[in-house]
Amino acid sequence: MENISVKKEINYLHIALRTFYYIVVFGLIFWGFKGIEYKGIMQSASGSINALIRGFLNPDMAYATNNTIDGLPYAILETIAIAISGTFVSAIISIPFALLASQNIVGPKVSKVGKLIVTMIRTFPELILALIFISVVGPGAPAGILALGIHSIGMLAKLFSESIESMDLGVKEALESCGGNYFEVLFRAVLPQVSPELMSYTLYRFEINMRAASTLGLVGAGGIGAPLIFAIRTRSWSRAGVIIIVLVITVTIIDQISGRIRKRIV
Amino acid sequence: MDKITVSKPKKFKRNLIVLTILFLIVGSAWFAGFNVIEVMINLNKGSRLLGRMFFPPDLSYLPNIVDPMIETIRMAIVGTFIGATLALPVAVLVANNFIKSKLLHGPLRIILNIFRTIPALVLASLFVAVFGTGPFSGVVALSIFTFGLVSKLTYETIEAIDYGQVEALMSLGANKMNILRYAIMPQILPQYMSYTLYGFEVNIRAAAVLGYVGAGGIGQTFEFNLAWRNFDRVGTIIIFSFFIVLIIDLISSSIRKRLV
Repeated sequence: MENISVKKEINYLHIALRTFYYIVVFGLIFWGFKGIEYKGIMQSASGSINALIRGFLNPDMAYATNNTIDGLPYAILETIAIAISGTFVSAIISIPFALLASQNIVGPKVSKVGKLIVTMIRTFPELILALIFISVVGPGAPAGILALGIHSIGMLAKLFSESIESMDLGVKEALESCGGNYFEVLFRAVLPQVSPELMSYTLYRFEINMRAASTLGLVGAGGIGAPLIFAIRTRSWSRAGVIIIVLVITVTIIDQISGRIRKRIV
Repeated sequence: MDKITVSKPKKFKRNLIVLTILFLIVGSAWFAGFNVIEVMINLNKGSRLLGRMFFPPDLSYLPNIVDPMIETIRMAIVGTFIGATLALPVAVLVANNFIKSKLLHGPLRIILNIFRTIPALVLASLFVAVFGTGPFSGVVALSIFTFGLVSKLTYETIEAIDYGQVEALMSLGANKMNILRYAIMPQILPQYMSYTLYGFEVNIRAAAVLGYVGAGGIGQTFEFNLAWRNFDRVGTIIIFSFFIVLIIDLISSSIRKRLV
């Protein structure tokens, strides 16, 4: 039997380009490392880490079982409520944005504009949106809901428009050929076909919003964030510990439930 | 011609689900005190703040925020690099088709899950309390966050690889390392690079706000100016970081499209 030899073509341009990419990437990484200061970190750190671990091992149970408005259960429930309402608001607003960004609904030119708008919304940090909405409705959960509601459009409308663009156009054409008007086509052909995917994406975004809602409190937009940051700043580690533990458990449970529903929907 | 009748699916279960969802939505809106009418009435207050931020922004402040922005980008690069580098070996260990040991996967997955559950901002404020203010705390937070994100996406990819190549190598008598090197790695590397870039995009956005809790970068300048109510400067910072993030997103996503 003859040996099969595969001749490798050597493309010098390819190698040069590849070397160039490697140099750029590692140059960037080196440049990044150079700019971060590491001085004077370790002296105080070991003491803080010890205190932190001790706090996490002795969680503040009085706070966790305090059922008044100042307790942990209320704050967690408020966080979940912000995430649900925010996701709902954004899912509703995302549908028109998604239609505006879908090539097979509004044509290539308009869809480019729509996509750009959606990208711009996605780039705008939710923390800043929360600050803006705090000036509208005052500090508290509603500001958080509005911030999540607007910020999530950026992701949801993008995913929605992708699933609208990849749908089967036959149904839409069938309705159009029967003389269905724009809204009939929308509600009887487009939305029913993509609604399972839409719901699945909405649930996925709800999982993300659960995490986001827990940080919005940093700027005063309600939820668990405010007591958490207060506990960390005052270094009351047993309280910070109990908040983080309960938060992780809550988010994990919600992830599991939502993930299971998502698997059944699609 | 006979009428064609399509029997309708059972309504009861569907109605129950719809009612539950409605109850959840209305209940949470009520619990959070969300009132659409109040929002509509107060909308002009928001436009007043937006006016002070963006019409016009204080563009003369722009030179002062270039350095913090560069620090933000550096933090994101370093955080992504450390997190993604650690993520690759861990992803290989956690994937259930390379090493078949439930004892190893279970605890590792729980730890990874915890890392992903804690938001980057909370991690950063923890590390600020431990290591003090400055970009180092931000880098540690971003590294852990990226590690959780990239390792999860990567191990899911490893579990979904085409097993034919692995079997081909096994039938030739290759050991585990050879299988990893010649069957698994070539299949997952493009995806892994793409996830790393995705992590970088997320990190740029996260790094821009991490300073809010004192973890370095442009967020610190942002928080400072907000506290002093220099809203026109805040507007400049928002616009500037917006464009930087947009440009980096565009570059990174165009590279990602070519990778996969």
